Amino acid sequence: MNEQLKTEICGIKMNTPILAASGTFGFGEEFTDFVDLEKLGGVMVKCITLKPRAGNKGVRITETPAGMLNCIGLENPGVEKFLTEILPRIKNKMNVIVNISGNSVEDYGELAKLLDVEGVAAIELNISCPNVKDGGIIFGTNPKAAAAVTSTAKKFTSKPVIVKLSPNVTDITEIARAVESAGADCISLINTLMGMEINIHTWKPTLGNITGGLSGGAVKPVAVRMVYQVAQAVKVPIIGMGGIRTAADAIEFFLAGAAAVAVGTANFANPAVTMEIANGLENYLASRDLNLRDIIGKVKI
Amino acid sequence: MLKIFDTEIISNAEVSANIFKLEINAPELSQIAKAGQFVQVKISDEFTLRRPLGIASAKNGVVKIFYRVIGKGTEFLSTKETGEHLNILGALGNGFDTNINGRILLIGGGMGLAPLLSVAEKIDAVDVLIGGRNKGEVDFWIKEFRAEVDKIYITTDDGSLGSRGFVTSLLPEVLEYEDYAALYTCGPEIMMRGVYKIAVENNLPCYVSLERRMACGLGACLSCSIDTASGRKKVCKDGPIFDAREVFYE
Repeated sequence: MNEQLKTEICGIKMNTPILAASGTFGFGEEFTDFVDLEKLGGVMVKCITLKPRAGNKGVRITETPAGMLNCIGLENPGVEKFLTEILPRIKNKMNVIVNISGNSVEDYGELAKLLDVEGVAAIELNISCPNVKDGGIIFGTNPKAAAAVTSTAKKFTSKPVIVKLSPNVTDITEIARAVESAGADCISLINTLMGMEINIHTWKPTLGNITGGLSGGAVKPVAVRMVYQVAQAVKVPIIGMGGIRTAADAIEFFLAGAAAVAVGTANFANPAVTMEIANGLENYLASRDLNLRDIIGKVKI
Repeated sequence: MLKIFDTEIISNAEVSANIFKLEINAPELSQIAKAGQFVQVKISDEFTLRRPLGIASAKNGVVKIFYRVIGKGTEFLSTKETGEHLNILGALGNGFDTNINGRILLIGGGMGLAPLLSVAEKIDAVDVLIGGRNKGEVDFWIKEFRAEVDKIYITTDDGSLGSRGFVTSLLPEVLEYEDYAALYTCGPEIMMRGVYKIAVENNLPCYVSLERRMACGLGACLSCSIDTASGRKKVCKDGPIFDAREVFYE
């Protein structure tokens, strides 16, 4: 593994600054035929809630121009099953970053406490899922609520706390500053943009949940802009994501200010894409005799 | 082990209105593919998602796929020509059991006949009950199944070929002629439920191949999750073949 790509973000040692985004990579083990999990900076595993969730009914995905809408609705086996069955299977194979979502501030605290165990590298607070009514994004669109969730999670865990921000806000820097002040160790962004598609033959929404989260190449410019803005506003490291499909896309995020990047939707079309991005980044840096830190936040304005 | 294959198109021709038969040169895939499995086909770089398509045949280095043009992805796929390359992820899913003792009856409606063809080519004691809207929709299936099965039963909605009606109208009669060890079915859900009901009445095991929208095909995105008698399952990974009792339990 190339030394040049090694990095450390809030104490997590990463072999590359390329991570897999939550909800697009299962628990990592689904991708072992295509990916050397140790070569990833980490796997942000499928969102975990206190109780198991079946997710939304009806159609859950649809392709859109240069992207896709999803409304899975945080289907997951619940924290107990994650801790007893899944974590023991995966913990020594990768940096496990557990994405969590709750219906209340207390839920986040409880989840943070339960997941403060060996084998978990960090927790990522999902305060930005647009597909559930009772949680997530309620906390991600209000600075006070975002801060409350962050400080509560911090209180109950010794792990680094990453806060995943929603792009569905007027001013993302306001939320970023609020979670940084509340103790966030790292900020990840962006989650999906809320969207909708209507079938013109049936006049009904395509998705079972009516609206869904837009991801894929189409959202990349929005994500780059938001990473750039947040990088100007906070000092904590940023994990940038949103529509990354190639090493060139990833490099844009580093230049905008991301210390690491996560790949999401692109894993669906090409399950080996994270490895290709890591190799492409390595070549880009080597051919210019640069280190990773030489490009982070170095966009010339 | 799953792999991404770079394959070459041998032919991609319309066999009935909006229904295409795609043949690709894929020696390794054709060796590892099990009956009832599917592949994820990359349409082009312009498409965010692959398209999950059933393997209808896998032999002599050639993989055969049938698809109906229903959206932009399949429309683009239908324009690909002989000699072009196709990036394919596979083989995915669990597949049908092809080691059952006794005769199997395959019951398929429309495009649901595709995965059943892959079963017919793998086992000897097998018959098929083909259902479609009209003669044009079943003619090409008859040609495909002829060399692979002993008996072919046909129904069309309009009566233009075989018996008029649905496969479920003819099925009880077929079960009177012959003792079957199991029924394998794929097609519209309402048809499969009807087949399952008749299977229960005749005390026969029934296996169904389900279809759902899916993004990854690897069990990660959870687009294709369903409720079953034994909890949540993923059609892409735990299926697409299920014991009908598991999925039509209510």
